[in-house]
Amino acid sequence: MRYVCLIYFDPKKAFDGSGESNAVLAAVGPHDEALKAKGQLVFAQALAMPAEAMTVQVRDGKMSVTDGPFIETKEMLGGLVVIEALDLNSAAQIAAGIPFAQLGSIEVRPVPDFTKARPKL
Amino acid sequence: MTEPGAYIALEAAYRTEAFRVRATLIRLLGDFDTAEEALHEAFAVAADRWPKEGVPSNPYGWLVSVGRFKTIDHWRRESRLAAALPVFAAFAEPAAREPDIRGPIEDDALRLIFTCCHPVLPADARIALTLREAAGLTTEEIARAYLVPAPTIGQRIVRAKAKIREAKIPYETPAGDELSARLETVLKVVYLVFNEGYAATDGETLMRPDLCAEAVRLGRLVVGLLDEPEAQGLLALMLLHEARRSARLDAAGDLVLLENQDRSLWDRKRIAEANAIIARAMARRKAGSYLLQAMIASTHVKAPSFERTDWPRIVLLYDALDRIEPSPVVALNKAAALAMRDGAEAGLAALDAVIATGNLDDYPYAHAARADLLQRLGRASAARASFERALALTHQRAEQRFLMRRLERLAAE
Repeated sequence: MRYVCLIYFDPKKAFDGSGESNAVLAAVGPHDEALKAKGQLVFAQALAMPAEAMTVQVRDGKMSVTDGPFIETKEMLGGLVVIEALDLNSAAQIAAGIPFAQLGSIEVRPVPDFTKARPKL
Repeated sequence: MTEPGAYIALEAAYRTEAFRVRATLIRLLGDFDTAEEALHEAFAVAADRWPKEGVPSNPYGWLVSVGRFKTIDHWRRESRLAAALPVFAAFAEPAAREPDIRGPIEDDALRLIFTCCHPVLPADARIALTLREAAGLTTEEIARAYLVPAPTIGQRIVRAKAKIREAKIPYETPAGDELSARLETVLKVVYLVFNEGYAATDGETLMRPDLCAEAVRLGRLVVGLLDEPEAQGLLALMLLHEARRSARLDAAGDLVLLENQDRSLWDRKRIAEANAIIARAMARRKAGSYLLQAMIASTHVKAPSFERTDWPRIVLLYDALDRIEPSPVVALNKAAALAMRDGAEAGLAALDAVIATGNLDDYPYAHAARADLLQRLGRASAARASFERALALTHQRAEQRFLMRRLERLAAE
């Protein structure tokens, strides 16, 4: 099964230059390599600050854009890691090994199975 | 060795060996999560090497060695030698170098089952942990079987593992007097899984055969590891229920009572297996509750018809069961058997005595059984009231349909 680990953290904390934060940031690269060596890594990508983003909408055929994401929150989506795991618990365990888990929080989201019916809400 | 052969061997090894490999790795590496990762790495290496190098003669030993080596390698690379020291110490011991293939494997498998079913864990955590770690189901599969969201099961498993760590539950099989008490919690977990599959308590479908199959697999595992009459009794009991499964529901998915079941649909092979297990367990002359229940089920399947069942023997077995494990449900079943042995009037008297204790007021089957006896005695209006009471108490749709049909038939009489 494939899972996406969405990494959230507070940039004020992650980039505060403290020894703790710097240790986490320095560990990310080697950790990605370790995941790759174990065959668990599909794809990993860091994201720039939300202030550098643009949000796009199309309504009635017209495109409109706004700056950044809509909701201002303390925690931002800082990156994502796509992994291969046996099940949700294995995935959560792998996510717990991602260095950012020590700074922020990681949402583990399964990739949907498109052979199944769409969710009823 | 051709490549497809190696892949088939790998899949087979995963199905049959993963549980035992995990069980041994937990002992060697010290905790569930490290063992889990080592297990997956071992299988990843196998997927790479078996097709090229051939399947090792002892897949279990090979997988354990690779899993352990990989973990120690990571520890070394992560400069966590300090954490790894106890394991290196174990390495120095020649006996620990190559896991013994016979004795200890079985010991580890039992250790794992007893740890998953430890009484310090909440009941639902025991079930989730056993299904995942011993039966090898994924979190998502367990969630589907129990009709709950996967994160609910996921949390249960994470918390259970944390509890095992915090409470420092030793990774061992209890010995002596403690064994039978702890075996009871293991068997209870297995039977709960089976019952959830056999008589789903809510929802549209009456049975979830996957859970039954998993419970039987777990039951076989325990019986293979431990020569205990109660474990054998439970396995036989589950096999006898399974043997009648296809006769238990009609084409519309509705419940068919034992007395109306087409006995030619029963699975004779499973029945023969169950009877052999019962015979073996009875030789020990120590009949507990599961073995007695299996003997009751076995008496039913031996009968050529419902009427020609050995009712005196059924009543005797329920008497014995009532003595070692008295419960209103056992008393209810005994009353039903009495009705067959001595007539509906005697059965109704016994049943009313049970209902009078007040313990079965919310139990739909008690009212349905009472209604049935009243109908046989020609007391239609009292029968109707009892059927209606049963109907109001059940949440299972197939059971509701069954009771409504009984009410219609009663009205037509």
